[in-house]
Order: sequence, then structure tokens, then C-alpha cells
Amino acid sequence: MTDKAEASNPDLVTIEVDGVEMQAPKGSMIIEATDRQNVHVPRFCYHRKLSIAANCRMCLVDVEKAPKPLPACATPVADGMKISTRSERAVKAQKGVMEFLLINHPLDCPICDQGGECELQDLALGYGRGVSRFSERKRVVKDENLGPLSATEMTRCIHCTRCVRFLDEVAGQRELGGMGRGEHTEISTYVGLGVHSEMSGNVIDLCPVGALTSRPYRFTARAWEMLSHPGVAPHDCAGSNVQVHHVNGKIKRVVPRDNEDINECWISDRDRFAYQGIYSEDRLQRPRVKREGRWQECSWEEALEEAGRRMMQVVEAHGGSQLGALVSPAATLEEQYLAGKLMRALDSRNIDARLRTGDFSDQQTRPLYPALGVGISELESLDAVLLVGSNPRAEQPIINHRLRKAALRGASISFLNPRRHEFNYPVAEQLVADPQGMVRELAAVAGLLLERAGRTAPEGFQGLLGDGQPGQQATELAHRLADSGSGALLLGPYVEAHPQGAVLRALAGLVAELADVRFGTLSEGPNMAGAWLAGAVPHRQSGGQAEPAPGLDARGMLAEPLRGYLLLGVEPELDCWDGASAQAAMEQADVVVAVTPFVTAAMESYADVLLPAGSFGETSGTYVNAEGRWQSFPGVTRPQGEARPAWKVLRVLGNVLQLQGFEYQSSEDVLAEVRDAAGEPAADSTLPTWTAPVDVSVADKGLIRVGSVPLYATDGLVRRATALQATRQATEVKVLVSPAVAEQHDLAELDWVEVTQNEQTARMPVGLDESLPDHVVWVPVGVEGTAGLGAQFGTVTLKRV
Amino acid sequence: MSSERLSEKLLSPEVRKEIDHWVGKFPEDRKRSALIPALHVVQDANQGYLTEALMDAVAEYLDQPKVAVYEVATFYTMFDTRPVGRHKVNVCTNISCWLMGADSIVSHCEKKLGIKLGETTADNRITLKVEEECLAACSGGPMMVVDGHYHTHLTPEKVDEILDNLE
Repeated sequence: MTDKAEASNPDLVTIEVDGVEMQAPKGSMIIEATDRQNVHVPRFCYHRKLSIAANCRMCLVDVEKAPKPLPACATPVADGMKISTRSERAVKAQKGVMEFLLINHPLDCPICDQGGECELQDLALGYGRGVSRFSERKRVVKDENLGPLSATEMTRCIHCTRCVRFLDEVAGQRELGGMGRGEHTEISTYVGLGVHSEMSGNVIDLCPVGALTSRPYRFTARAWEMLSHPGVAPHDCAGSNVQVHHVNGKIKRVVPRDNEDINECWISDRDRFAYQGIYSEDRLQRPRVKREGRWQECSWEEALEEAGRRMMQVVEAHGGSQLGALVSPAATLEEQYLAGKLMRALDSRNIDARLRTGDFSDQQTRPLYPALGVGISELESLDAVLLVGSNPRAEQPIINHRLRKAALRGASISFLNPRRHEFNYPVAEQLVADPQGMVRELAAVAGLLLERAGRTAPEGFQGLLGDGQPGQQATELAHRLADSGSGALLLGPYVEAHPQGAVLRALAGLVAELADVRFGTLSEGPNMAGAWLAGAVPHRQSGGQAEPAPGLDARGMLAEPLRGYLLLGVEPELDCWDGASAQAAMEQADVVVAVTPFVTAAMESYADVLLPAGSFGETSGTYVNAEGRWQSFPGVTRPQGEARPAWKVLRVLGNVLQLQGFEYQSSEDVLAEVRDAAGEPAADSTLPTWTAPVDVSVADKGLIRVGSVPLYATDGLVRRATALQATRQATEVKVLVSPAVAEQHDLAELDWVEVTQNEQTARMPVGLDESLPDHVVWVPVGVEGTAGLGAQFGTVTLKRV
Repeated sequence: MSSERLSEKLLSPEVRKEIDHWVGKFPEDRKRSALIPALHVVQDANQGYLTEALMDAVAEYLDQPKVAVYEVATFYTMFDTRPVGRHKVNVCTNISCWLMGADSIVSHCEKKLGIKLGETTADNRITLKVEEECLAACSGGPMMVVDGHYHTHLTPEKVDEILDNLE
């Protein structure tokens, strides 16, 4: 665009800042224009992602013809406006504001955790006086306990209200406010119940002073002594960008790295605080082998030799098909690829990362990888989204944030779930149905759309509908989707774990086609897409080509136990769809080799060789997020003890087994090989194809268990992050029942209940949930309390303890 | 999740009716505008002060975040969040009244009642409210507001008479 064209653009105005002409969009504020042109205007309360408060007054600038300095954050630009950010009047105003801000602020930066990275400290250097003229007493504010994540030193607060606005506007959970007035103003919850948003840690970054700091991090390092490297959050399929801060080989904290396409400038608390798990006592420090039932620490050579020998024994005696690999969806692409390559070289195709999948019958027709089908940043501009079997607030907080933005814009966000989940935005429809009912309701939606389009139902469709007429909610859902200008249908983990997942996917494909909306999957773990591309699934080779002779899937490997297992970053009893059968399968195996950062008591009982692997930040690698975005990151610190990055462990295991093609020098070499196989896969938007359901009748007698993974139980790292485990979301995990079921079993809120599934039992406190259908019990998975139980969906009985 | 609504439990039908009257004065999506009158109604029905539970009830009734109600209730000195006496005495201590001798009126009240600003007499008769800002009667300073009624051009004698007449 030429200058002339710009000048004639009716949406732009021309302003002059410090003698330099610049263009700015009409209606924008002065500070936005100066920020864009890198003209620095000091500020505390202004933040580009938050509403304008204009209460700190630090950004006062001198505007020609204005009788007094004006706040740059709250003064819209006007054509011909002449602004001085550094004139005598501007600087005098800024210094005046600074002097007032420092009246009540302690002048003790050396003992403050924020010291060295404090916006107030930085600006005081430029705008403060050398000596304070204020000799009266400063005010003192009592600290409030906001919970295990954020620490407070409220005497340091300058009332910028960024934290208040963030929790209200972004987190959607207004938990802090400005109480009192004038000099008595205090940022507080007032009632002292703490801050519980799943995004609460962002207030630590937003706080321009040392009033809100990270409780796990504070006073353990100084900003200037830490090194900072990029990373990718390893907990969900958004793949939030983070920056890892470390000193002397120890990770001190994790903060967001700006990426407007994914996480903007936020991260979830899970992404921020899970690093604590790295330093858990459960870390496996040295290789170990079990000899005659007793664990012995040994050298890497010895352990790898033993692992190779034992695996080879299985292959030689029973063939490769008796060997299976369970791979974590949080393993890197490189690790998943090498695990797949190793298994195939041993003539086994039994490898799977889909640990929580309930139905594999449609795996051949599923797309290249479970893709979101829409860009994360595009989510907020959709008009209508139907999420089936999904609770994104716990599963992908960053994606939930985008959906929230859409909802606040007026989009209708609806859910079809086995229980009502709480969201931080208005939900258009929340349809709750038992597992069988989910199929029926989605079929009803599809039926309505078929009718609307005047199409005949595909083969086997009628049988899914049930007897009744479609309910009002299903009708609403159908119309909302079909009438939307841009809509999406997203499938979440409840569908993945559903024993009739294939039917649900087929129906969803039909709905997406008929309503002409995008279709996508919210997959589990940070790298499920990577697992499909790397060949860490039994039916696809690396690069995604179909495997001519598919091996056993994750359920198959456990249902018909094998002789030997390789575990890559997996704790089967917690991470698998059926924890009980997973543990039983491990127990009966001749050999279990675990490449793992953590060791559990269960693992010590069933494993034979333990190979310590690097955890978060200790391994270079690549994750492919749900959009299909490949994001590589470096190893930042040395692994704990003698642990090694898992890709190195697998590479040397390949050497020990004398397999071809395991001569990599770096994880980049491995990545290059996956790239060669996969090319640059475009997002696969193929809809699930319709296949007539084989058997739709499920005997749902008695109580049906439905399970999902709570916010802070997604993976081994999170489960060991002590601060996260002390939050309400972790400590208040309960078995949920409807009031009617509670009455039948003589249960009251917080009573302990014994859940029995296939002769396995687990004990947990009970909670009442009025939204649950009367024969559905919600039992959390991935948590210690229910580790022994069976499948995520199954029949259970309850007994009051 | 409890099916019983806090507002139905804690706010009497009369109080709710009065709040509805105020809500009706504003557009439907601006229930928040009725917050200050609603808090007055609730406070008046609760011996002159608000409790956390009552504020939560108002928040629920007006569909506002609880914190938003706490903010308003703690910002305005006309709301009390702790028990008060039967009568509230607010002596203006802002600049005009101060220049006209508000200090001596305050110390007279304190001496007479045997309490400090912010305290309540032992017989629960009078609360002297703390640091009352400009009450918009500068021409009549020094002045005070007793239970919503303005008394201007105060002298110690006048104060005695007013306070003595409070039940």
C-alpha cells in the first residue's frame, strides 16, 4: 500500500507522536498506536487483552490543545492529533503519578520476589525520584490466602486491577474485586475462599508488582540468573507455547510464550505448574532390573542388555505378535516413532497410544490423525459449536477460552454429555444422556437434519433412533447447527472412550455433512495426532499409510494378555481405558520393560526392567497439536539422576537388539525420518464414513459407570505436581451420583462409597449431581482412588462404606 | 448444586417485591443497575447491616457475580457489613465541614457517647460512622446525617439535642 492509499483509507487517521507522523485505526487508543510504532509509554493498568481501566494514570501524555495531560490508554486517536510522550508536561505528569504510586509501596525491592522483573521497579528507575518526600506512615494490607498457586503480598499492590479484570473478562470467573475505597481499597475475594479458576496463574504474569507471585516458585531464583528456553506444554492437544525458566539445571517455572494462533498470551494453570512433578520423589533415578523378584540398580549397559535379551526371548519363543507396546500420547513424535520402528523390527504391530479409546472398530476409516478440523484461533469466530462428549474446560482450558470468546460474541455453544459440566460462559443447550442415550440423541439430531434435507436415512440408521420422538433440545441443536453460517461439531474424550464410539463418530459425520459444519476431534494428550503420524498405532505405519496387517489395539493388547510389554511413559493402571485389566495383563506378562520418568508401586510389582526417561523439559522433540501443527522444542535441562531422553533410550535399545536403522545422532535425525514418511500432511477434513452399526443393543441393566479424567489427573507429571494437587479441583474429586441413586443407597454428600466393577473395588467420597441420569454413576479416571477399577464405561454397584 | 435458591431462603417476599420494583426501572439486561437500591432494601430489613449471606443472596437474585456485590457494599459508606446500632450517625469530616469545625463535633460526639468513630454504644443505640466523606451540604457545615436525615449548622448543644432524642 502506498502512503497515498493509506491516507485515503477512511478507517485510518493520521496522528503525530513526538514529531513522527503515523497512521492509526479510527477509534483506537493512543497507546495502541504508540505500541505498534515502538514508542514507549509507561503504563501499569493497561493490557492489550483486557478492558481499559485508566486507573493507574501512568500513561499520561501531552496532547496538543488539551488543557491537561491525557491517559494514552483511554484517549482515542483523532485526525491531526499531536501527541508528545516525552515533553516536559508529559514527563512531569508521569513523574507525579510515580511519586504517588510509591507513597504506599514498600521500597524494599531486594526482599521482594518480583525484584528484577518488576514493572514498577523498572519504571521507578526512569520516573521516580532519588529520595522519597513522603515521610508519613505507609499503609499495610493483610495478605489473603488465594490458594496453593498464587502467593500474595498485598501491601505491594498498586490497584491496577489487571488481576480483577483478567478473572472477570478472560477466566470468566470473577473471584477478585476491589473492596473498600480510596486509601482503603484492597484487592480481595472479600470472603477468603480463594481463587479457583483453571487459568488463575496468569494473574501472576499480569501483576506489574510483587503483590501476586507464584507460590511454588517464589524466592527460589532471581529473574536475571535464569536461562529461558522455548517449550510446548505437554498436557493437552492445544499445544500451548511456553517459555521454560531454569537455573543450574533445574526448572524453576514455566510462563506463557505469546502465540496468537494458539494460546495468545495465556496458559492454563496445568501448563504453568505441572513442572513441579519433574522433581517428584517418584522419579526413577537409575536403571533397574528385577532379578529373582528383587530390584537391583545397575548400569545403563546392563539394563539395556537385560531389556533386549528379555524382549528377544519373547520374540524367539512366541513370535513378535506376543509383544505389545503401550505408548503415552504425551511422548514426543520422535519417541513414538522409534517405539513403532522398534516394534515393527521385532515383527510386532501391537503398538498403541490410544490408551483411552473404547471402540476401535472404525479405525481404518478414520482420518490421517484425529484433527480439530478448525484452527484454534478460528474457534472464536464460529457461530455455533456442538461438542459431543467433551468438557473442554478441564480437558483443554485454552480451547475452552476460545469457545468462551465465541459464546460472549453471541455464538451458541452446546453440549451433549453424560453429565452436566460447569462452564464459564452461557451455554445454549446442555443435553445430558446416558451412554446409550448419547447415541439416541445424536441420531435424533441427524434424523432431523435428514428430514430437513429431504434425504433418506442410510442403512441401519433407524435402529439407532429409539422409540420416542426427538426431544426439544435435540431439535434445537439440529437447527442451531444447520442455521449457523459457520459451525463446528467437535468430539471429545467421552466419545473416544465410549464403547460405541464408532457409531457416535458415524452419526457425527452425518450431522456435520448435513448441517454443513466443520468436524473435529479434541484428542487426549499433547501428541495424539503425532502418534497417528508416527506409526504409534497398530493400523497405520509411520507417515499414516495403512498397515497391511494391523496389530492389536490398546484394548486388544490387554483383553488377550501378551507375553511381553514395552511401556513408554505410561502408568497402565491409571492411563488405560480399563485400568484393572491393564494391571492384570502386566502382572501376568513374562516381561515388562518400562521406559518411564516415574516409578510406581504397581510398576515395581509387574515390571522387569525399568529404564529412567527424561520428563518435561529434559528431552528435545516434537508435538503435533490437534490442528496438525508440528512444534519442536529443545531439551532444556539434563534429566534427573541417570535418566536419559526416551528417544536415546529407544535408539540404544535398537542397537542392543541389533536392529537396522537405529544410528541417529540427534532427535532432529529422527524427526527428519518422520517428516520424510509423513511429508507435510494437510489437515485431513474427511468426515467419518457411514457404516451400518453392527449391534446397537447394549444391556444397560443396573448402574452404568461413566468416567472422564479430572483437570489435574491427565498425566504422570500433573499427578505429581504438588501445588496443583492441593487445589480444590484435585482434592474435591468425587464419585457423582444422582439424588435418587444416593437415596437408594443411603448416601449423603461426602459419604464414602465403595464402587465395585468386575469384582474390583475402589473407595471415594460421593457427591450429588442432579444432572446425572438415574442409572449413571460418574467415576473419575486417572486418579489414585479409582486406579483398580475396570473400564471407563461399564456396569458397577455401589455400597455405602 | 442445591436446588434451593439462597435468595428465596434469605430474602422475604416483601424484600424481593421491593427489589423487583427497582429492577423494573432499568432495561432487562441491566439488572446490575438495581444493585444499590437492592442493597438498601436488604440492609434496612436486616437491622441496618449486610451479611455475606445476604450479599450472596442479592448477587444470586440480580444474577451478578458475588464479588461485584461485595465491591459495591464495601465501597459506599452507606452500607454496613458489620452489625450496627439502632441509629447511624454520620458526621461529615470533609474539607468544608472540617474548616467549619467538624473535628470538634466529632470529639463532642465521641465524648458524649463514650465511643470512638466506627464504634457502637454498649446499649446498641448509636453507631458513629467512621470517616464520613462529603455529604453534599457544604453550605450548612458542620453537618451530620442521622438515619438519613440531614442536620446542618451543628453546635455541641444542637448535637446533644439530636442525640438525646434518639431512642
